[in-house]
Amino acid sequence: MGMQQQTYNAIARFVAQESGIKLSDGKAYMMESRLTPVMSEFGISSFEHLATQLMAATSELRQAVVDAMTTNESFFFRDRTPFDLFSNVMLPRVAEAKRANGQPLRIWCAAAATGQEPYSLAISVLENQTVLDGLDVSILATDISQAALGTAESGRYTQFEVQRGLSAQRLITHFDQEGGAWRVKPHLRELIEFKELNLLKSLHQVGKVDIVFCRNVLIYFDVETKAQVLGNIRKQMSNTGYLMLGAAETLVGVTDHFLPTAEHQNLFQPTS
Amino acid sequence: MKTCLIVDDSSVIRKVARRIIEDIGYEVDEAEDGREAFEKCTQSMPDAILVDWNMPVMTGLEFVKELRSYIGGESPKILFCTTENDVGHIAMALKAGANEYMMKPFDREIMESKFRDLDQK
Repeated sequence: MGMQQQTYNAIARFVAQESGIKLSDGKAYMMESRLTPVMSEFGISSFEHLATQLMAATSELRQAVVDAMTTNESFFFRDRTPFDLFSNVMLPRVAEAKRANGQPLRIWCAAAATGQEPYSLAISVLENQTVLDGLDVSILATDISQAALGTAESGRYTQFEVQRGLSAQRLITHFDQEGGAWRVKPHLRELIEFKELNLLKSLHQVGKVDIVFCRNVLIYFDVETKAQVLGNIRKQMSNTGYLMLGAAETLVGVTDHFLPTAEHQNLFQPTS
Repeated sequence: MKTCLIVDDSSVIRKVARRIIEDIGYEVDEAEDGREAFEKCTQSMPDAILVDWNMPVMTGLEFVKELRSYIGGESPKILFCTTENDVGHIAMALKAGANEYMMKPFDREIMESKFRDLDQK
């Protein structure tokens, strides 16, 4: 089932408007493979029809297309380094500042997807209780995709998924077995609040946060959108906070709201 | 080159595992049960061991216990690779001295990430 350039452009425009994700040319294969299941679910027979329907789509169809186009496979403790930095740099320093003013420490995972990243952060929080020394910590996990967040909230993963990045020790400490699947234990789940959120819209409901994980999201935005989103993120952050971006993401020429840290090129601190 | 001993009574699993572990960069040797594996270890201690649980002659768990109490047997990184997939078995394996645990079925990506984790332990 091939797709005309015109159809591709129309769907790509819809995805960009809804999610900020700019699909470059030549992503037709990705679009086809991700949207074909959505089309059969909604009984839509061709990409031309889909493009037409998106002009006046039901919210269910809009959400399904956004979910399909924005969700990527994830795994626990992905890339490892960000989590080492979280435990060794971010948590101890922010905790010190927080203890001085007696406030709780808030972490925001801005592209939570199916939950592997917020749960990895929650595991790291629990493993660093000595550093935190009784400090109140909470994690806000947001994503644009309702379907992904549903998985995240359920905390239920297949045997394959839990083996991607999770050590056996962490698995049996923080997960219960449920038939052939595994579910996060309440002690981990209760550290996290899940919320649907589009980064292109108002971020006020995020509240004040200290540590922000926003990895591999900005990479899909154009420079103006990046700058706008980063400006909004900055407004939600405490001055002593940290922003962790993905490995391929730099802010050179994008914004002066953040500066890279000496510790790592993808770890940033807000400018005041 | 680092060495890895694959211990499994299934020749199919040994073949699949060998291909992945050689790609990761290990020189691979094989054993069909815990007894044969233990004897190979006493001759030349590998850097890593991938071991099944249920095998004839000597099980993976018996092998790990025996190896860990043998002089020099504390050094290899041991990764279980088994269809036993419940909390009890995992806990037992870690307690006996295994470093990591992988549940079958696995894929290349899981195997690679487990070996990366072993390097850090």
